[in-house]
Formats: sequence, C-alpha cells, structure tokens
Amino acid sequence: MFLENFDPIPPSPRNHRMLTEQVQSQETGAQPLALPYTKGERATARRNGKRPMTSADVKEDKWIDCVVQIHAQRDQTAFRALFDHFAPKVKGFLMRSGMTASLAEECTQDVMATLWHKAHLFDPTRASVGTWIFTIARNRQIDILRKQRRPEPEDLEWGPSAEPDQEEVMALQQDSARLSAALAELPEKQRDLIERAYFGELSHSEIADATGLPLGTIKSRIRLALERLRHSMR
Amino acid sequence: MQINHHLSDELLMAYSAGILPEAFSLVVATHISMCDECRARLASFDAIGGAMMDQAAGADVSDDSFASTLKLISDGPKDAILTERVPASKVPAPLHQYLPEGGLDAIRWRSVGMGVKQAILPTSKDASVRLLKIPAGVAVPDHGHRGTELTLVLQGAFRDDHDRFGPGDLEIADEDMHHTPVAEDGEDCICLAATDAPLRFNGLLPRIAQPFVGI
Repeated sequence: MFLENFDPIPPSPRNHRMLTEQVQSQETGAQPLALPYTKGERATARRNGKRPMTSADVKEDKWIDCVVQIHAQRDQTAFRALFDHFAPKVKGFLMRSGMTASLAEECTQDVMATLWHKAHLFDPTRASVGTWIFTIARNRQIDILRKQRRPEPEDLEWGPSAEPDQEEVMALQQDSARLSAALAELPEKQRDLIERAYFGELSHSEIADATGLPLGTIKSRIRLALERLRHSMR
Repeated sequence: MQINHHLSDELLMAYSAGILPEAFSLVVATHISMCDECRARLASFDAIGGAMMDQAAGADVSDDSFASTLKLISDGPKDAILTERVPASKVPAPLHQYLPEGGLDAIRWRSVGMGVKQAILPTSKDASVRLLKIPAGVAVPDHGHRGTELTLVLQGAFRDDHDRFGPGDLEIADEDMHHTPVAEDGEDCICLAATDAPLRFNGLLPRIAQPFVGI
C-alpha cells in the first residue's frame, strides 16, 4: 500500500520548541541544540521567582488575552488594542516587501480582519501573537505580490486545544523573549541580511546583487547569525 | 518514520520568509508534514520573522483604518472560519491538493524512458515539481543539475553514491552534484522532485529525449 507508514497526525506531542530541537544540519554541521532545562522546568522556575516576569512577558500575556477575548466575546476593545499595536507593524512589513502605501494599507486591514475571523485558531503554545500575525501577513503578501499559492504543512490536529497548557504557553513566551533579545543583539551586518531575507522579498542571489556582496559571504553571514541565535537560546 | 535527511536552514528560512517558488514550497510543506523535527525548526524561523516584524519601524495607518477593518469584518463571514480538513489521503495534505480528483491512483504517468515515469504537477512557472516513479532496482541516469533540485521520497527508497534515502528523506542537490540514484529492490520508489532548472543528463540518448519529455 502506498505510504502505509504515513500517519497524517503524528502521535508525538506537538512540537513547537524554539531552536532547541535543531537536528544536525547536513550543510553547516551545526551542533544539535540543547537547553539546560525542559520547558516544564523553566516554567516552574519562573513561577518560583527564579525567572521573574519581564515586561515582554506581561505584554505577551496581554496580547494573548486580547485574542482570547476576540474569540470568546467578539470583544472590539480587545481588538482595538491589538490593532493599534500590530497594524502599523504589519503595514511597515508589507511596504518593505514592495507594496505601495495604499496597497499595504488595504492589505493590513485585510490581515487584521483575518485575525478576527481566525482568533479561535490561535494556539499560544505554538507561536506568540506577533509571530502568528506575521505568518498571516506573509501569506497575504505572497497571494497579492507574487500571485502564487504557498502550500502549507498539514495541521497536526483540529485547531488548538480549548485549554492550552499554561506551562507550555509560558515556556514559549520565554523562548520568544530570548529570541527577540538575541536578534536585537546580532552584529548589524548579520542582522541586516536576515532582515532583508524576511522583509525585502529577496532571494540570496538578489541580496548579492543589491549589496554587492558575493553570495558566499551572504550565506556565511546568515549562517553565523543563526549560530549566534542558537548559542543564545542554550 | 525514521527520517535522516532534513531541510537545510537556508530552505526553511526561505520558506518562512515566503520567497521560495511554489514548486519548492510544495516539497518543503510535504516534508514538514512528515517530519516533526523540521516542523519544530520551522516554528523557530517563523518566530524570527515575527520578532523582525515586531522590532522594525512601523508605518502609520490611515485615520479610518480601524473603522474600515470593522466594516470588512461585518461584511465578512458571520461565523468563525473553520479550517478545511482534507479527507483522509494516502499522501500528506499539501501534496494531496495538487493531485487530480481520485488522488495518486488517478495520476496519468508518462514514461520518460528506462521504466521511469513522471507526472508534472501544476505550479507557478519559476520552478517545476513532478512525481517520479522509479521501478525497484532501476537507476536514473547520471545527471548533473543546473540549478537546485529537491527530491523527497514518498515510498520505497533510493541510494546514490553517498547515501540512502527512504520515506520522508529529502535530498538537496546543487549544480556541482553528479550522481546516479538507484531505486532499491523491493517496491517502486515514488518521489516528489522540484527543480528550478531543467535536469541535464550526461548520456547521449537521454539528452536527446530531454526536450520532448519535459525533464
């Protein structure tokens, strides 16, 4: 029988740990990553006060609440709070990806309306609110600018669970905060290339043309940046 | 499923950034559907995108932006959007969506010689993707690559000079690579293969055949 081993819903727990379960890369020979604690231990540590809540955690808690309120009560006040914070970021991202201001404006409204309609699909154990909105904006941008489909991986299950595991939620928040801090601390040259890759809608060879850097330099800088990020996630 | 050959950082990052041609995205999404490790890695790359968007300078939205969005919402679907669940299929959902009605059994295979068959799937033109069926024990002729080629094994296995590739394994070949993949004995090997350039065969006959079979 064809693909008899293929199970559309893998039995393993949902995997969403950040940069920690990296496999040995064939190309870079990068080392597998390991965190000093498991997710549960980290969450417990935070509750015990060893890892105090940061302002980023508080903010992320607020955004998660907003999405929950939109889903549960169609709460326009919560939506307004999310809109005021994220809509300008989405519009900035879309403009840098090559949209005119007016197209980006229209598309941003569309992205935020999608957020409203899909609030029940948000899973705080799998992504931060900001990351989730980024993926919606990215998909819209591919539709509109590139006029292509972007095949998506098969969902692991039917939407998020009704009551996400709070320890997992906190662990993900913590990883997100550390990743943000690590990105902000990257050397400018490395950060610039990652930013171009995500925002400029540029392939590596197009970055080479735009920056005058040889392709090999670009690839090794991006590689260095990723290694640095992994190092700070340990 | 034991998977030994995974997506590279470069491919995952490009997929997350949304800059891959559709044909490559299909192979990446199909591999991730089969591979928990790469699914977790993709979540990390999406998180980088999210953090980048969060840290970058925003652009002011127009004054009536919020009101317009509320109007969009009230004009939109009344109920929450449900995810479409692809009916149980023998292949991962992203691939299933590119197959004709009836799935794999309904595919019209075309012979490309030496018992090897292919079916090209409809995608955007900046790259192409096909299903390849290689009879057990048969070698695909030595070929170099003008661009990048991704080959994902769906059924069976093949070996080349370097390695073995079984179900879920992804081979990434660039232009410097010349190899002769051989399907293992046992069952036919079925692969999903994407390329951004025509393959080039080193034997005389396949090269003549190339323009006609669309390889």
